[in-house]
Amino acid sequence: MKKAIVILLLAVVGWVLVDTFFQVNFGESRLGELEQQKTVGAFYLNNTVEKLTVANVVTAIVVNYRGFDTLGEVTVLFLAAAGLGSILYRRKEEGEHDVMVLNNSSQLLQTGARLIFPAILVLGVYVFIHGHLTPGGGFQGGAIIATGFLLMFMAYKDYHVSHNVLTWVESLAGVLFVTVGIWGLISGGSFLENVLGTGVLNDLVSGGVVPIIYIAVGFKVAAELTGVLETLLNFKTKK
Amino acid sequence: MVFNAIFLSLLAIILIAAAIYAVVQKDLLYAVIATGVISLVLSIYFFIMQAPDVALTEAAIGIALTTIIFVITIRNTSRREDEIPVTKEPDRGDKN
Amino acid sequence: MDPVLYNKIVSIGIYGSAIGLILIGLYAVLVKKHLTKIVIGLSIIDSGIHLLFIAVGFIKGGTAPIFSPKGIELVNQGTAMVDPVPQALVLTAIVIGFGVTAVALSLVIRLYRHQHTAKIDHIKSLKW
Repeated sequence: MKKAIVILLLAVVGWVLVDTFFQVNFGESRLGELEQQKTVGAFYLNNTVEKLTVANVVTAIVVNYRGFDTLGEVTVLFLAAAGLGSILYRRKEEGEHDVMVLNNSSQLLQTGARLIFPAILVLGVYVFIHGHLTPGGGFQGGAIIATGFLLMFMAYKDYHVSHNVLTWVESLAGVLFVTVGIWGLISGGSFLENVLGTGVLNDLVSGGVVPIIYIAVGFKVAAELTGVLETLLNFKTKK
Repeated sequence: MVFNAIFLSLLAIILIAAAIYAVVQKDLLYAVIATGVISLVLSIYFFIMQAPDVALTEAAIGIALTTIIFVITIRNTSRREDEIPVTKEPDRGDKN
Repeated sequence: MDPVLYNKIVSIGIYGSAIGLILIGLYAVLVKKHLTKIVIGLSIIDSGIHLLFIAVGFIKGGTAPIFSPKGIELVNQGTAMVDPVPQALVLTAIVIGFGVTAVALSLVIRLYRHQHTAKIDHIKSLKW
């Protein structure tokens, strides 16, 4: 009986979705003429190079045109990490200590992790510094750095990242984001307004405050995700 | 043209097969790896549809991080879906 | 191959697989009894919705919305650029979906510590 109701519900939802989305022709351009700017996408594509000098249009939308939503997203990630830490809190009982994995891994993983880990860090930092020129940005670079730390956690039994360092990096990066926004409010007129001079297109130093904000977001996301992984991996064993 | 059509259809079949496997399989570790395969095929789709930022984000977050937090959950709970729970008094007034 | 037939095959493939993912995830959330399987279903629904968004924004023969030197050359030759707005929305959505999954799984771990089971049929006491 319950299965019949579920199948009926799925059929209704499926019919509504199919009916709506198969009327939207796949691959048809709905942007209109780029000069007339009748849609939001056409406006962003037209004005990014002239007003902002940022090469990656998606970065310009995420950081500048819809920058306030990115502030909200960074807040949601922070709340998720804090909530996770407080839900899984467990007081240390007598004779327990923290380990992440019970044994050291094989020699292959230990040597490989130690060799690859600096390369992963450099890749992550590259991705979020060049966010306004190539595909990439703060969130991608932060996730790559967190994956590098995960590799080290898996390989070594006693590898710990100092909790204080993570907390300070995350807090300072968040404060930097809001400070840049308030600076824009004071000297430009609106929150997160672009107040630095824009440089030449496709230069590393170009685009005003856009690289600064993405570097702050990159550090913050990397520190947060590493903290989440360390909280989840902690496994208290009795000696 | 024919090669493109065959390749995209093959990707769609792998996607649906991995999704059905993830839902039906009783051993939870295999289901989690099928979820990783879904993220991988999705990342290829995003790249084909000219969205490189989204492909990078889905690859970094969906494949590596989502799989590892599921595996940590399986380590701390049960491995199989059809476990027989230990009948025990639920802890009340625990030290926590 | 006939372009109309090719377009139809590709559109059925991509829209069909996105809607299929949403329906399969919804089935897992409604029918399954183990909490980890329910969270896997939530994650699959998220993936389906993201694919649907990006598929709507695609333009045939378009290129990525980045004004690199090669991109400027392609635009001057007349190639259109793909709509950038759905990509920015999906970027945010992927990160927030991961955050929601992480908090849901931490709740599952905490529940298992107290009740020693993760099947919702066997959790009977209202107060932990």
